[in-house]
Amino acid sequence: MSESLLAFYVFVLACFIGYYVIWGVTPSLHTPLVALTNAISGIVVVGALLIAGFEQAGTGAKALGFVAVLLASINVFGGFLVTHRMLSMFKKKRR
Amino acid sequence: MELSVNTQAVAYLASAILFIFALKGLTHPASARRGNFYGTIGMVIAVAATLFGHEVQAYGIIIAGVAIGAVIGIILAMRIQMTAMPQLVAALHSFVGMAAVLVAIGTFFITAHLEATMMAELSAGVIIGAITCTGSVIAFGKLQGLLSGAPVKFTGQHLLNALLGIVTIGLGVHFAMTGAGWALALMTLLAFVIGVTLIIPIGGADMPVVISMLNSYSGWAAAATGFTLHNNLLIIVGALVGFSGAILSYIMCKAMNRSIINVVFGGFGSGDETGDPSAGALAASRGVKSSSVDDAVYWMEDANKVIIIPGYGMAVAQAQHSCKELMELLEARGVEVKFAIHPVAGRMPGHMNVLLAEADIPYDRVLEMDEINPEFPGCDVALVVGANDVVNPAAKEDKTSPIYGMPILEAGKARQVFFLKRSMRPGYSGVDNLLFYKENTSLVFGDAKDTIEGMVNALKGSAH
Repeated sequence: MSESLLAFYVFVLACFIGYYVIWGVTPSLHTPLVALTNAISGIVVVGALLIAGFEQAGTGAKALGFVAVLLASINVFGGFLVTHRMLSMFKKKRR
Repeated sequence: MELSVNTQAVAYLASAILFIFALKGLTHPASARRGNFYGTIGMVIAVAATLFGHEVQAYGIIIAGVAIGAVIGIILAMRIQMTAMPQLVAALHSFVGMAAVLVAIGTFFITAHLEATMMAELSAGVIIGAITCTGSVIAFGKLQGLLSGAPVKFTGQHLLNALLGIVTIGLGVHFAMTGAGWALALMTLLAFVIGVTLIIPIGGADMPVVISMLNSYSGWAAAATGFTLHNNLLIIVGALVGFSGAILSYIMCKAMNRSIINVVFGGFGSGDETGDPSAGALAASRGVKSSSVDDAVYWMEDANKVIIIPGYGMAVAQAQHSCKELMELLEARGVEVKFAIHPVAGRMPGHMNVLLAEADIPYDRVLEMDEINPEFPGCDVALVVGANDVVNPAAKEDKTSPIYGMPILEAGKARQVFFLKRSMRPGYSGVDNLLFYKENTSLVFGDAKDTIEGMVNALKGSAH
């Protein structure tokens, strides 16, 4: 099996996990869901790190890597924090 | 310390599992914060495993990039108003898209020999990333009011989109086969253009679908990046996020009884709630009852149950805190108060729930459409605050109505309906609301926040 086909296996199985997990999310938390998925899609920071951290990269590639790291970091920090802020507001009635 | 490839792979697996638990946490508000915590830990593990792997050797610009990004992200997250959440989300989506494009192009620069499959995957990453980026910028502009919320339509629009799509994919194929840099550059440029042309025809009020769609795209962009880099973690996370957005889009479309095709190409509604000015004259001639704040308070004081139906107008008027006060004062008089939420109320999925939570309204008082609809017949007063189409009986009764078939909140079944409105304008669909003319409906004119504050003051003033 080629590397690409193996990657495709992983992708398809992950799609199934996504399908079943997301249907379980309560509609009242759909905004936090969008914010959280936004934060975790900041995972492209991993790709950005590989480029920014590549020692032999030329100036152009390094610049691309730098901007990519910056943008993805905004997502990661902003996304998790704003999700936390929203979720802390969801409270049950105090007795 | 340098992690071996296998150790790194195990760390990525742990991170992927934590992300799945993070999403699973959102099944219930009680477990949601723990979910967000799992997600955060998953991200820390993923970044650490990457930094300590053998590929990353230069840290200078990484530290600078993360530091600046962290400061911007934290400031944005702390200062954003809950009503502006759709804008923030749109902006963040555009960053993910842009980052995916930069990573793909960067990979092209730093990889000595690219195979055809890798270049095809790279093309997919660039195209999806670029569409996500400019599409989100347009969505941001519409939400922030920088661009008109009205759909932008012109003849030959669909043909142009189809043509752009075909040429872009053709360039991607050419790039994959030859590795020509010019094809990559032109393809990137065209994909940025498609992002714009794809989102401008969608009206401002269809934003819940647009936000969900772009959420989905940002996931697929991450997955495509994962294919390019042979990174399973990115593939898994991308698939999770991609499906999340896709399912939300489906739920939103279903709540409007429209297909995704219709939303994307339909250009429905004005988006700015300007509507047809003649509706006011029509309304007057058809006999609409209007009530004062005191009339409404008189009804609510004596009620056993009041259901409040918030819509985008509540967000615009920032009336959620006044709603909370109203709820407390009514409860002190033994009135049961609940909130009814339509799935597409607001500008993004779940928007109303967050605003009510912000106002400290307990989530067990806030019910979804299917849960609350059976309760309307037994309810004394339905109070509509800034919602319109989602309570319009035309969706059930008028087969010729554009919104026919859309599931609605059955507010009209309450004994008495008070409709808070600034004017007689119809909702975003431009459809006249049949509920206005029902026997048991009264309109209370004025700004939603002022009106509710008026009710609160009246309740405070009156003796128990």
